[in-house]
Amino acid sequence: MKKIHFEKHRCKGCGLCVIFCPQKNLRMSEDLNDQGLSYPEEIDPACCNACGLCFRMCPDTAIEIHPEGVKNSKK
Amino acid sequence: MQTLKRTEVLKDALTHYCPGCGHGIIHRLVAEVIEELGIREITIGTAPVGCAVLLYDYFNCDIIECSHGRPPAVATGIKRIHPDKIVFTYQGDGDLAAIGTAETIHAANRGENITVIFVNNAIYGMTGGQMAPTTLTGMVSTTSRDGRGQHGEGPPLKVCELLSSLDGVYYLERTAVSTPKDVNSTKRAIKKAFQNQIDGKGFSLVEVLSMCPTDWKVSTAKAVDFVNNDMKEVFPLGVYKDKS
Repeated sequence: MKKIHFEKHRCKGCGLCVIFCPQKNLRMSEDLNDQGLSYPEEIDPACCNACGLCFRMCPDTAIEIHPEGVKNSKK
Repeated sequence: MQTLKRTEVLKDALTHYCPGCGHGIIHRLVAEVIEELGIREITIGTAPVGCAVLLYDYFNCDIIECSHGRPPAVATGIKRIHPDKIVFTYQGDGDLAAIGTAETIHAANRGENITVIFVNNAIYGMTGGQMAPTTLTGMVSTTSRDGRGQHGEGPPLKVCELLSSLDGVYYLERTAVSTPKDVNSTKRAIKKAFQNQIDGKGFSLVEVLSMCPTDWKVSTAKAVDFVNNDMKEVFPLGVYKDKS
């Protein structure tokens, strides 16, 4: 179940979420967003326990945490 | 566990801050505190000159742009005319500790009932990495090429220690945004500073140590390490004054 939603267009690729993920479950993408920057993606959605540390460290409010699962499946 | 997403107090705008800058985190914390206290409709912010100069583009509450260094003076005026409003200033180190030193010290000494958020990143960000009053000894910037202290620049200015001697100050705390734990304690401190104003207690200042990877010319990870290892040593975290 996917609990974390990245608003890719807001991301500036600083990587603070990757540094502070306690499960080491995030990595920077090889694709680029519309600003030309790489953005975080989950390695294994099952590993995420929705602790919210990535949300707290994100300077660009590009991360949403939904402990019950991301309902909006558009992204 | 609750759903975590961007608060409505922040506009849906992309910020102009560099990747890894701490301003975005501090904006979110201030906005969340405003939302949690339910004071968005009565809050007036005063924006500085510096990296946070476009604060009015990001906050969904009233913001006034001030001359360089003058937010505490403008906030004093607003608070005295509208004592029922909540007035905060959001300032960087160049604004609060360099050109605005006089306004800051006298507003604090008068015990004005305002909340000051002081973002300390030890360098002038907007103008391209010149030496700030809070630049660490030995730190290289574009105007201290040999490291601060080699040519009589003196040691860094410690604002919390400086203001703690003033009788008018009600609450002073220094925090950081370089780890999730520090981010949480920063939010608690900012909330307390706003609550003090709501309760009519007096001048509250929260100094936040922040990252500036671009002008420190390091990666995001090294900027976080610099705050955790070097800045926290020179600027110890903690409550410097609390009259409650």
